[in-house]
Amino acid sequence: MNKYAIFLGCTVPVRAQHYELSARNVAKELGIDLVEMSGASCCGFPLKAVDAETALLVAARNISLASKIKLDVVTLCNSCTAMLSDAQIQLNTEEFHSKFKKVGLSYPHEVRVRHFVRMLYEDIGIDKIGEAVKKPLNGLKIMPHYGCHYMRPSQLYGFDNTETPHTLDELVSVTGAESVNYADKKMCCGGSVLGVDEELAIKMANHKLSIAKENGVDAIASICPFCTVMYEDNQRKAEAQFETQYGIPVLYYPQLLGLSLGLDANAVGLKFNRIKSDSMMEKLTR
Amino acid sequence: MIDLRKSDPQFKWEIAKREGGEGLLKCFGCSDCAASCPVRYFDERYNPRKIIRFTLLGMKDIVLKSPFLWFCAHCHACTERCPQGIRVAELINAIKNYAVEQGYCPDGYKMQLDLLMKMGRLYEVEDFDLKKRQRIGLPPIDKTIPEVAKILESTDILKVLKK
Repeated sequence: MNKYAIFLGCTVPVRAQHYELSARNVAKELGIDLVEMSGASCCGFPLKAVDAETALLVAARNISLASKIKLDVVTLCNSCTAMLSDAQIQLNTEEFHSKFKKVGLSYPHEVRVRHFVRMLYEDIGIDKIGEAVKKPLNGLKIMPHYGCHYMRPSQLYGFDNTETPHTLDELVSVTGAESVNYADKKMCCGGSVLGVDEELAIKMANHKLSIAKENGVDAIASICPFCTVMYEDNQRKAEAQFETQYGIPVLYYPQLLGLSLGLDANAVGLKFNRIKSDSMMEKLTR
Repeated sequence: MIDLRKSDPQFKWEIAKREGGEGLLKCFGCSDCAASCPVRYFDERYNPRKIIRFTLLGMKDIVLKSPFLWFCAHCHACTERCPQGIRVAELINAIKNYAVEQGYCPDGYKMQLDLLMKMGRLYEVEDFDLKKRQRIGLPPIDKTIPEVAKILESTDILKVLKK
């Protein structure tokens, strides 16, 4: 049995419950046990630009919670993955570890940190997921969006290929959908500059939305709540700023995978997506 | 126009000794970071190479007062491609941290710090959220995590931000 501590972060448990719900239900289908991390907080990433060391301490405290229950961590947000992974590596340095101990924390058991989707790819694997697909999403064109901190920086992860990423493409393809290959696959969603310059952030999000439209995709597959904020929540703003129409659904990857595993729309929280995927669902029932 | 008489020769050393800043002196100005940068692709006012160049030249005021320092999305596209192996995004972050210590912190970050002090999270967990979670079959979560405030109080971050 694959068993992990699940780290939710700030956004997922209150703003992206459909992501959490679909991930938990997909886990159940694939025989993955997700254990709660009681007392887990923000990952620390929002503090990094202000004071990297404090951010690392906040991250390391979360890791210590998983360490006490001796479970590797899976996360649903790309930036949480980066922040916690960084802290996990720093915990092995004497300098940081002593600062960590000074605030009364302990790290009794070495644990790994990975994105939930990476765990699916590495620990369950494409073949086994393929065997579990009951209702292939044949006929759907899906645009995978990786987001930055899923595989970058490579020094931290050593996973996938940072210039030509492929793991999410494979995970989309195994659902039976067509994974759309496109230029600028690794482009940032713009989320990190939203608080600094909204117009610029929307410009960045619009770039990929316009590529999605050109390719006639049925949905974008996201694996990060912040990327979804940019592509789904701010899609209207992009439409206004660039005088165009998109109406492109943005689904979390576990929602798509869940549908292919035979889960119904409720079990993957489809009604909570802001942009309705009715026409996509119609294609599936045809 | 850059007036080198205003240069602070110590500035680059201040940055180079910080975590993430260690690669600064290796930069030979090839511009691969700027060419790889998704932010610069859309807005030329942000240019990581320029920020690094100004830092090496000691143009502290230009670097610290520039609103564009904060445009870095920390996406690490530059880090992946730097031929000198500089962790460019971490270097820019080290400069941001130094700017905060010198009293230049955008208000948005101060607000985020306040939220984390108060709740240990960026978003408030309201009764509505807890009920919704219960309704759709998600486990309950802690409303606040006071341990985060304890960590923030143990470091210099609060003192620095009062500047």
